Amino acid sequence: MGIPILSVITFTPLAGALLLLLIRKDQEELIARLALAVTVVPLILAFVLWANYDQAAGGMQFTEQHEWIPVLNSTYTLGLDGLSLPLIVLTAVLSFLATFYSNFTIKERVKEYFMSLLMLEMGMFGVFLSLDFVLFYVFWEVGLVPMLLLIALWGGPRREYAAIKFFLFTLAGSVGMLLAIIAVYLKTDTFSILEAAAAQPFADNFTYAATAFWAFFIAFAIKLPSFPIHTWLPDAHTEAPVCGSVLLAGVLLKLGAYGLVRIPLSLFPQVFGYYSIVVPILPVLAVISIVYGAMVCMAQWDLKKLIAYSSVSHMGYVLLGICGGAAGIYLGGDKLSSANLALNGAAMQMFTHGITTGGLFFLVGVIYDRAHTRELKAFGGLGTQIPYFYGMMLVTCFASLGLPGLIGFWSEFFVFRGSMGTIPLFAIIGGLGIVFTAGYILWNIVQHMFLGEPKERWAQLSDMEWWEKATLWPLVATMLVFGIYPTPILNLFNTAMESLTHTLLR
Amino acid sequence: MNLPILSIIMFSPVVGALIILALPEDRHTDIKATAAVASFISCLGSIYAFFAYDHTLGGIQFEEQMRWIPGLGVSYHVGVDGISLPLVLLTGIIIFSGVLVSWVRDHRPREFFAMLLLLVTGVFGTFVALDLFLLFVCYELAVLPMYLLIGIWGTTRKEYAAMKLTLYLLVGSSLALAGVLVASVASGLGTFDLLELAKVNFGPAFQAAIFLPIFIGFDVLGGLWPLHTWSPDGHVAAPTAVSMLHAGVLMKMGAYAALRVGVFLFPDGARQWLPWIIILTAVNVVYGATVAFAQRDIKYVIGYSSVSHMGYVTMGVATLSQIGLAGATMQMFSHGIMTGIFFAAVGLVYRRTHTRQIPELGGLVRKLPFVAVAFIIAGLSSMGMPGFSGFVAEFQVLMGVWHTYPIIAVISLVGVVVTAAYILRFTYMIFFGPLKEEFQDIPPTSTLEKVALMFMCAFIVGFGVLPQPMLAVIQTGVSELLAAIR
Amino acid sequence: MLGDTTQNLALILWQLSPELILLLTGLIILLVDAIRPHQADQGWSPYAALAGLVVALVACITLLGQPPATVLAVLTLDGLALVAKILALVSVGMVALFSGPYMQEHSRHQGAFYALLIFATLAITLVAGASNLVLIFLAVDFLSITSYILTGYLREDRRSSEAAIKYFLYGAALSAMMLYGMSLLFGLTGATDLHAIAAQLGAGTTEHVTVLLAMLFVMAGLGFKVAAVPFHQWAPDAYEGAPTPVTAFLSLGPKVAGFAVLARFLLFALPQFQVDWTTLLLSLSAMTMTGGNLIAIWQKNIKRLLAYSSIAQAGYLMIGLVAVSGGGLASLLFYLAVYLFANLGAFAVVLAMSRGELGEQIEDYAGLSQRSPGLALAMLLFLLSLAGIPPLAGFVGKVNLFVAAVNEGLIWLVVVGVLNSVISLYYYLQVVRQIYLLPPTSEEPVSIPRPITTTLLIATAGVLVLGIYPSLLLPLIETAVQAFFGG
Repeated sequence: MGIPILSVITFTPLAGALLLLLIRKDQEELIARLALAVTVVPLILAFVLWANYDQAAGGMQFTEQHEWIPVLNSTYTLGLDGLSLPLIVLTAVLSFLATFYSNFTIKERVKEYFMSLLMLEMGMFGVFLSLDFVLFYVFWEVGLVPMLLLIALWGGPRREYAAIKFFLFTLAGSVGMLLAIIAVYLKTDTFSILEAAAAQPFADNFTYAATAFWAFFIAFAIKLPSFPIHTWLPDAHTEAPVCGSVLLAGVLLKLGAYGLVRIPLSLFPQVFGYYSIVVPILPVLAVISIVYGAMVCMAQWDLKKLIAYSSVSHMGYVLLGICGGAAGIYLGGDKLSSANLALNGAAMQMFTHGITTGGLFFLVGVIYDRAHTRELKAFGGLGTQIPYFYGMMLVTCFASLGLPGLIGFWSEFFVFRGSMGTIPLFAIIGGLGIVFTAGYILWNIVQHMFLGEPKERWAQLSDMEWWEKATLWPLVATMLVFGIYPTPILNLFNTAMESLTHTLLR
Repeated sequence: MNLPILSIIMFSPVVGALIILALPEDRHTDIKATAAVASFISCLGSIYAFFAYDHTLGGIQFEEQMRWIPGLGVSYHVGVDGISLPLVLLTGIIIFSGVLVSWVRDHRPREFFAMLLLLVTGVFGTFVALDLFLLFVCYELAVLPMYLLIGIWGTTRKEYAAMKLTLYLLVGSSLALAGVLVASVASGLGTFDLLELAKVNFGPAFQAAIFLPIFIGFDVLGGLWPLHTWSPDGHVAAPTAVSMLHAGVLMKMGAYAALRVGVFLFPDGARQWLPWIIILTAVNVVYGATVAFAQRDIKYVIGYSSVSHMGYVTMGVATLSQIGLAGATMQMFSHGIMTGIFFAAVGLVYRRTHTRQIPELGGLVRKLPFVAVAFIIAGLSSMGMPGFSGFVAEFQVLMGVWHTYPIIAVISLVGVVVTAAYILRFTYMIFFGPLKEEFQDIPPTSTLEKVALMFMCAFIVGFGVLPQPMLAVIQTGVSELLAAIR
Repeated sequence: MLGDTTQNLALILWQLSPELILLLTGLIILLVDAIRPHQADQGWSPYAALAGLVVALVACITLLGQPPATVLAVLTLDGLALVAKILALVSVGMVALFSGPYMQEHSRHQGAFYALLIFATLAITLVAGASNLVLIFLAVDFLSITSYILTGYLREDRRSSEAAIKYFLYGAALSAMMLYGMSLLFGLTGATDLHAIAAQLGAGTTEHVTVLLAMLFVMAGLGFKVAAVPFHQWAPDAYEGAPTPVTAFLSLGPKVAGFAVLARFLLFALPQFQVDWTTLLLSLSAMTMTGGNLIAIWQKNIKRLLAYSSIAQAGYLMIGLVAVSGGGLASLLFYLAVYLFANLGAFAVVLAMSRGELGEQIEDYAGLSQRSPGLALAMLLFLLSLAGIPPLAGFVGKVNLFVAAVNEGLIWLVVVGVLNSVISLYYYLQVVRQIYLLPPTSEEPVSIPRPITTTLLIATAGVLVLGIYPSLLLPLIETAVQAFFGG
């Protein structure tokens, strides 16, 4: 195709932000509408890409490559494959919905808000599409500042603390990553991610490979987030404004997961595998994230914080799946199919979690808007008073739990099924997480919010507005439809994962 | 080339200073206008020179040479290459912005602007000099106006800071002078010409002995730890425009001279000592950042931040690699502008709020949005955020260092994180949060101040997004220098 | 024969013309002063002195191109002597110029004062050319005596008399020492002519120690004249107590004389002992620079400060002597010229400030930049030149000296020299600080008499021009000195 569609997707939000810059800041409605219009473009293009991606061929498509910084040997290279495509769609959808929702909820400093939102969108797209290390790093960093602003300026009472903590934690990880990138460059003489993966740097030297691996891993694990470097997340999520949380949980966390597959797994599969099965530090972390995350949820009575910890727990599944896949690759032979399955599950979980947690945060926004509290114990009997909300919340929660028939089921199933074949012990322990998840969903949320006696206080609560419904329905629909028929998404992930495992196993 | 552009750039400020001294004390506007015109001519000249430089051809361009003191072998010999040209540009930008930012200064403006212009002549001269005697004259020419500028128009402990700065810098430059004299005589050529001396092959033992006093002597001005202590006090005490020049340009003068004289003339000595010096630079980076974090006075924060960021410069030089040196030069330019913005912003805030204590400030973004944005841009660049010139610089330095001294690279990353921490924290504390009662009525940013800030920000963002023009120039200079010292 | 004699006489007259002119001038001033009534206005005397000095200067300049010659067997007329004489004449000329108002205010006997000044200058010119031990001693003593009288000239002022006594006592002792040293040399060689002494010693001598001793004593006497450490003790008190114009004179004249004759003495009479006297001078130089600079830091009186500064400057000048084989002599003379303008300029400022009894403490200079910006700027330039900051002449002068030293491999001396420059800057800046940084105690501008303004302009021009374009003077000195070494 002649049109550099990936660049258009990435830079349209930037163009939009610059356009907004020119508008006077009191023309709030114009700004909000324009931002929304801008986000439509990547949304449409994302679906166009989906339709045009050749699944039979697989591999990187729609690639663009230009000279960028010759002195550094860095090129401007974008590309899309089965792994990044659903994530691009996810990003575009969530960004669109967030912008839509914000049109109705954000009243203060509108111009800066929407500019930040658009810049963030650009950063996210860029990370998923970059095939050059330097470019990847640039977009990675670029995404930090808008999120920082979103939290710090429109967030809750402890927003400065949360914002700075978020920024510093992530930055600390990325500087380590920067060094690792340089090390890889010096070894392979290229900044191209694909070429580096093909070259398999340090394959002969375990110590170097391990050092580089850990540098990358830590950076991405902070973002994931994985225990024990997850502590920035609860604060950031709780204090962020609604749409900040949606994008943070919905997309930003996936940057970490995506990064894990694209870089450390592709470049250092043996090391990844080693630490997945021989000295299984990684699965241990994953499992702790899952179980500990879920257990902490049970003790949470702030709804937002609860969902935050649930993210820790759910992203643990992703890590578990990737570990399972790595272990399989390491073991080779007949373990390969399990590896495939685990990786597919992990990738699917990325998509699923994005949809479900995005939805959960929107719903939190809905209830907070009305009740001005997130204290679960303060609620009660809302099921009868705001049934629409109840229904949506129920679906979303169960999807996040992994109830069969909803989207979450498939991802968790594949993660477990795949990991069972390679790292069975951890798969089983991880399974415990589901029990606790069910626990907190049913007890903390459903029981306390919706069941029981209705309270005086909430007698006047209004149900969802049209625009709130409009925001949630696409997500809920996805949960339902793909819950029953996950094949389109699964196939996409599968093409990517299969080619990955095949190339890695040499 | 017909127009002696470098001499014009260099002497326009002196001519301006002389005219200003001749004006009556009370003609404030005329004085300031003269200063603005003189600095604008230099600025314009430096921009022209930058874009007119043919980087495919490389080498020394815009060369001028005239006999001066034949008895000593001294000539007036100037020229720029890929390394000095960005610094000339930097000086032009900063002096022009500095004059604009100082427009409201009404206490003895005549001497102030005359001294400022005299100072900048010395700076320009140092960067373009190709004769060591001329370099020294210009180098030291810059020191004395500093003393007066800080001592008369400064603030906190100005006399102490001014004297400390002057003495420190003079000790450093005196040592370097001694070294240079020895080298010139030892060469047997009876000349002070840099290019001639560079062709001489001094013995390795001689080089090792002479490199250290020259490099360290000059790099005192570059803020090399532990000889940096003059810098924070100097930064804090100096008036705004002087701080901008001080941190933005003067410190680069030291690092540049250390490179141009120390490394260029005595590469074997450099190769011997730099592996030790690089350890000091790592301390610069981390220590500077850590101490900055603990400060309450915003100017001290920026002062220590300068110490930290200058560490990257010497670090890059110490790698003696193409990319490390390129990063060092880029960092000189980038940090120069960035710190110019910082000090300008701080100066504007101080002028209105009369306090520099961070806990006493807050919420200023509502009253001074322009200043806030400029500050944030500079802050992001200082953190090494992509999209700003600081990233391009630090990335290259890190690449250079990682290749040869990986541990140092890892250590300096701590500096990066700490830098981000204090930048974020202080940006928030100064510009966001609640606005104090007493700041409700502070005047907004004036047009001149906006122009100065925007002018500087344009370069940070411009070269951050499109670093190619700058990098091309720097690359030629660096590769030629490296080729010459092989 | 008669024609020859006449021609010779004419030649000798010409060669001695500066001295003769000075003698004449001095006598005329004395005479006129004696004739005129005491109450009459004596404002003419400085200008008479100045006239004589200018004529003598012209005479010297005409002699410049000549090959070296010996006059009357005791005087040498060569590049060194002529340059020294010119420097001395210029210095005293400036002193005569700016001292008028001060002397008018403080003394009733101006005529005698200027006559004495002229005679002192005569002594200097004789010293500069003396190549015979006896003449050296006589001329140096002549200079000393006139200096004592000048120092104590203000008889009503206790400080002036006290200064003179101290100067005299100290001088007498060191003078005797010098004489003793000279007699030792005479005893060893049987000659008083410097070249003859060298010839005698050159034939080999076993009395090495005696020669060293003699050398030491002579150097002590001459070191006293230039106020080198440790023979400097008299200087601070003398400088502070003497009338300011005399202080200015003392800071220049004896130094020119002392260094000229020291160079000649060492190079003509003791060339074989160069190693010895170079080592001695090395330590003397380092001590003088450092001692002078360090003590200057504590001074509160501007004249004392300038005294210690002068002491230190003598140390720098000595570097030229130490490095005499590496072109040090030319750099010494150049530095004297540079120092001349800066130091006399500084004293001119001191004079302008010291109307009445105020103005001798450094704190009296507070806020001068706001009272009299021109005067302040001039002082700034002079002090910076003394410190050796470019683009002023002092910097070029010091670089010159250091290059000569490096040529001789005296790197440590150079390091000491540069570090001392930094130390000196500290105390010079204390004055600058008063002038520029501190607020003035009084708002009125300082009234500067015309002669002082002229002096200031000359000194400022000297300090700036020689700094930016030293080639105006440097080659001249170098050619003059070339011949010296040839001869």
